[in-house]
Amino acid sequence: MNSSQKVVLRFPPELVERPLVCELALQFGLHFNIMRASISPHREGLMVIEIIGEKKKQEEGLQFLEENGLEVESLSQDIKMVEERCIHCGSCVGVCPTEALYVEKPSYLVKYDETQCIACEMCVLACPTHAMEALL
Amino acid sequence: MGEKLRTYEEINEKIRQGKAVVVTAEEVIDLVEEKGVEKVAQEVDVVTTGTFGVMCSSGAFFNIGHTKPRMKVSEAYLNGVMAYSGLAAVDFYIGAAQVAQDDPLNKIHPGEFKYGGGHVIQDLVAGKDVLLEAYGYGTDCYPRRKLVTWINLADLNEAYLFNPRNAYQNYNVAVNLSSKTLYTYMGVLLPKLGNANYSSAGQLSPLLNDPFYRVIGVGTRIFLGGGVGYVAWQGTQHNPGVERNERGIPKDGAGTLAVIGDLKGMNANWLWGVSMRGYGCSMAVGLGVPIPILDEETLYYCAVKDEDILAPVIDYSDAYPNGTGEILGYASYAQLRQGKIKIEGKEVPAASLSSYSRAREIALTLKDWIQKGDFTLTQPVLPLPGKDAGARFHNLPERPVNNGRVGR
Ligand code: SF4
Ligand code: SF4
Repeated sequence: MNSSQKVVLRFPPELVERPLVCELALQFGLHFNIMRASISPHREGLMVIEIIGEKKKQEEGLQFLEENGLEVESLSQDIKMVEERCIHCGSCVGVCPTEALYVEKPSYLVKYDETQCIACEMCVLACPTHAMEALL
Repeated sequence: MGEKLRTYEEINEKIRQGKAVVVTAEEVIDLVEEKGVEKVAQEVDVVTTGTFGVMCSSGAFFNIGHTKPRMKVSEAYLNGVMAYSGLAAVDFYIGAAQVAQDDPLNKIHPGEFKYGGGHVIQDLVAGKDVLLEAYGYGTDCYPRRKLVTWINLADLNEAYLFNPRNAYQNYNVAVNLSSKTLYTYMGVLLPKLGNANYSSAGQLSPLLNDPFYRVIGVGTRIFLGGGVGYVAWQGTQHNPGVERNERGIPKDGAGTLAVIGDLKGMNANWLWGVSMRGYGCSMAVGLGVPIPILDEETLYYCAVKDEDILAPVIDYSDAYPNGTGEILGYASYAQLRQGKIKIEGKEVPAASLSSYSRAREIALTLKDWIQKGDFTLTQPVLPLPGKDAGARFHNLPERPVNNGRVGR
């Protein structure tokens, strides 16, 4: 049965140029969707991808990447809402492209559904109380 | 409609006996729909309102007590944030929008503005120790020149919030027509009508429930920052003469309140230091006003609904910064709270900067205080300037200055 998961991949400088991620499709028959990609000034690469396919193949694919020197982390920890700091103002809701942040009714409390988050970090910019944290 | 139903004294007597009938400005809407204005006005003694939003024109006065030897402070910092000390020896005022002295501001745009006056006030109210660094130039009567010490709210002689402008009666909806992201006091505005930010508690907001300031005036006792405060004056930029709809609701920012209250009785949950990316520091303030139902008309105004209140949609890439006065259209708070409005044919996600859930909590808290007999109402000693008072907010008439001489 197909499922999906979001992962953060970190490439050390020596691996930035190697085409490793495409192997997920070629060797393991997985689909993937690049949500974010960047290379830092020290030339380390960072990629956030969603992998879709059989659970077993996903595990094998990620294991392959790790064996080749990539760091693999699950994305669920990526953007966090520190609830004690949230004043439920709503400033983050209008800038969130995926409705991961939404106003629950009738309570009018702002809620965060991390499964919908694509780690764009717009909420981190918009939140006036630093309640939205990027843990990258 | 004009018939008096009850006086302040009668309401307060019922409050003391624990018999006052109190509902929030939200609850009263359903009641009126069910029973009508006349019946509800007979039953209800007080309607409570509330708002919780970023209010930059806020701050606090302190007196720290004299040192030995004495010192006339001419420059002071609290946790690195400058406090105004052009007052008597050890009196200060700290403004919510004052940014920490070493903040890089917008040098790398958009700046983070991590810590400012609002955060200092929140830390003090939370009971945290705050670092005071003060300098003086030395006089015969006040010889000391430098002071570095921890201070705590509990040790201060006086500490009171004094906010020159809070509780705006209605406000703009901010959008961005340009092609770059804007960082404003109305939050992050995405390009090409990417989002719309508004900031009012609408049907729960104090001055929208008393649009003509019939009952709220100087001396009205209020909920302020989790404690008790008072309306001290009309707020700065109080502008009652704006256009109003058939219910008397202003179609633009109109009345404002200056408020005062003892910081020692307040709660850090209701005074919250905030950082507006690319703009600066500020403070979110919780404020609630009880409205005595003196007659049917007072109650009629309290039954205002989000759909009756319109806010102007303003472009913050041009119309606002350049003061052109152009309005793109109007949106009701009912539409805004649905999370989407239509502007120039485009569906735009709308988000509030002021917390409706917290506004509701304030109205409910105030209701609870009154029902328990802990909070009685005060009759204003002076009304706020009304719509015909001629008070009109205007722009600065700039006069050219040449070679240090005043030009004509
Ligand atoms: S990071 Fe982006 S997608 Fe995730 S919650 Fe924040 S704004 Fe929404
Ligand atoms: S912007 Fe921050 S404080 Fe406001 S609702 Fe979102 S997470 Fe909470």
